Amino acid sequence: MDLLYKVFIDPFVQMGTAPDLLVQTLWDGLVAGVLYSLIALGFVLIFKASGVFNFAQGIMVVFAALTLVGLHEHGIPAYLALAITIAVMFGLAVGVERLMLRPLVNQPDIILFMATFGLTYFLIGFGELVFGGDPKVMIASQLGLPKGAIDIKFAGGFVSLQKIDIAATIIASLMVASLALFFQKTRIGRALRAVADSHKAALSVGISLEQIWVIVWFAAGLVALATGIMWGARSEVSFALEIIALKALPVLILGGFTSVPGAIVGGVIIGVGEKLGEFYWGPLLGSGIETWLAYVIALVFLLFRPQGLFGEKIIERI
Amino acid sequence: MLYREAGQFKTDYTADMAVFPILQDRIGIAVILVIAAVIIPVFGNAFLLQAVMIPFLVFSLGSIGLNLLTGYTGLLSLGTGAFMGVGAYACYKLTTYFPGVNILIWILVSGFFSAAVGVVFGLPSLRIKGFYLAVATLAAQFFLSWLFIRQPWFYNYNVSGAIEVPTRTLFGIPVTGATASEMTRYFVVLGFVVVLTWLASNLVHGRIGRMWMAVRDMDLAAELIGIRLLRTKLLAFAVSSFYCGVAGALMVFIWYGSAEPAVFDVNLSFLILFMVIIGGLGSLTGSFYGAALIYILPIVLRYIPPKLGIPIQSAMVEHIQHMVVGALIVFFLIVEPAGLARLWQIGKQKLRVWPFPY
Repeated sequence: MDLLYKVFIDPFVQMGTAPDLLVQTLWDGLVAGVLYSLIALGFVLIFKASGVFNFAQGIMVVFAALTLVGLHEHGIPAYLALAITIAVMFGLAVGVERLMLRPLVNQPDIILFMATFGLTYFLIGFGELVFGGDPKVMIASQLGLPKGAIDIKFAGGFVSLQKIDIAATIIASLMVASLALFFQKTRIGRALRAVADSHKAALSVGISLEQIWVIVWFAAGLVALATGIMWGARSEVSFALEIIALKALPVLILGGFTSVPGAIVGGVIIGVGEKLGEFYWGPLLGSGIETWLAYVIALVFLLFRPQGLFGEKIIERI
Repeated sequence: MLYREAGQFKTDYTADMAVFPILQDRIGIAVILVIAAVIIPVFGNAFLLQAVMIPFLVFSLGSIGLNLLTGYTGLLSLGTGAFMGVGAYACYKLTTYFPGVNILIWILVSGFFSAAVGVVFGLPSLRIKGFYLAVATLAAQFFLSWLFIRQPWFYNYNVSGAIEVPTRTLFGIPVTGATASEMTRYFVVLGFVVVLTWLASNLVHGRIGRMWMAVRDMDLAAELIGIRLLRTKLLAFAVSSFYCGVAGALMVFIWYGSAEPAVFDVNLSFLILFMVIIGGLGSLTGSFYGAALIYILPIVLRYIPPKLGIPIQSAMVEHIQHMVVGALIVFFLIVEPAGLARLWQIGKQKLRVWPFPY
């Protein structure tokens, strides 16, 4: 009885008695969720256009952030460094297309998945070789990102909102909106959707697969850069950040591999669910349940919708 | 000239179905076994046994386990590390509760614990497929890792949080623990690997293996010809986890001697998956090739530069090693996406017609 009370009643009593804490937890979850969905967005972009499950998205985040900070450390002004980093991500996209995707065209999905693992290893080694393995501080203030917190009086307590989190949420929303517009309204976006539907059909109407792949990998690189700046500003830039790619996976399957809105909704569900679970139910199990709760949430959703919330319905034919 | 089946007639079905139908193959496997069982222990030094051969065999066993699931049944799993962990922790708990029972029995039994856990986490596989399933198995990976870290019962409330392997003997000779010699441990691992590989080979060549492959090729069609999907998939999860569990137990008890939960993290799962894919999906010998390449290559990379007299810092070696391994993985996938096992197949075909081109 005592256990049942602790699981089913006590957390809600706590939520009722301290609404400011609840709002704070929800806000933290929301911000974490937005950042997860940014990484998931990078995955979705590449998966939609080339069917590649890009495991290297996590290391691309680290690599982009490291390049930015590393360049700034060598005395290059922040905005110039940003421009150069964007150029580097473009170079990476071209390189990946030339050296990895083109020779592997028409291979099974799992082989391409494995190849992105190879890319991950390569980028880890390369990043460490060039920039060193030490954690670095993100140049948030130089890039004009706000610092500090806003305290809002709420229900007899305080809710503290980090300004950087607000900025992250706004930037993420802008990014998603512009990507959605790009996909729906532009010529290239239409080509991308065509490629996502069928490689062969797209080729036959004269869409260049090579170009499209460079574009999506570049777009994913830009998303990675934005993610790297935001995560880096919240903590620091180090190779430990690579782990957040794994955090984005449940977001991805929850939303469905092929859906941009799915990545956003999935991110928010996972972020909020994770923080609520950790804060209210975590102490019951011995803390740290954050590491697996996201996966279990995703697994439960999947049992009811095997293609994720917004994924295309899987139709099997014999 | 040397390698061809001309003149070797098969007069009954048993001969036709044999795993090694050609005499040269049988000689080859005998030679490999002799090298493994006699030549390496006699001529190898402690370093070769402890740092190369024992880990190689442990990883091979783990790869065979994952290959049964991913290569033969087509279920992608990223929970291998955790299943290996289950084996290791089960073995540890069993041998500390019942120190009287022989450790080799406990290593085998811990495989069954791992199999049970594998079945539980394999349940969603009936509904979830492809990469979705891979992420679902990550739930197993993270949940089990968390258990090993946060629940002190698993490591007997040690202060360090790590498991220490006690000394256990077989016929008076220490097999595990600090006093066991490399030679004994090598033979234990070799014995397990040979017997379990033989079993796996029989499994995949028999009815069960055919069921698995039918499910891999198209599970809907397999269901239509009367294969019960749930049972077949769960059996694959159970057998695969059994192999991983034994490999995990061997890893801690024979190789490491003690282990922290971090050993069984998601990187181990990825490492084993590498070995399976580089070696060749759906090939038992491929598991060995993959384990050899992925595990031994970094060792070689580490020892070559000093031998050539190139002064290089150890940190730098590690970074370059990462880069080279990554580049090689991509390279091998481009050259032969079906894995090293396929390369060997091609080589065999070349040998068969040699010295003629075709």
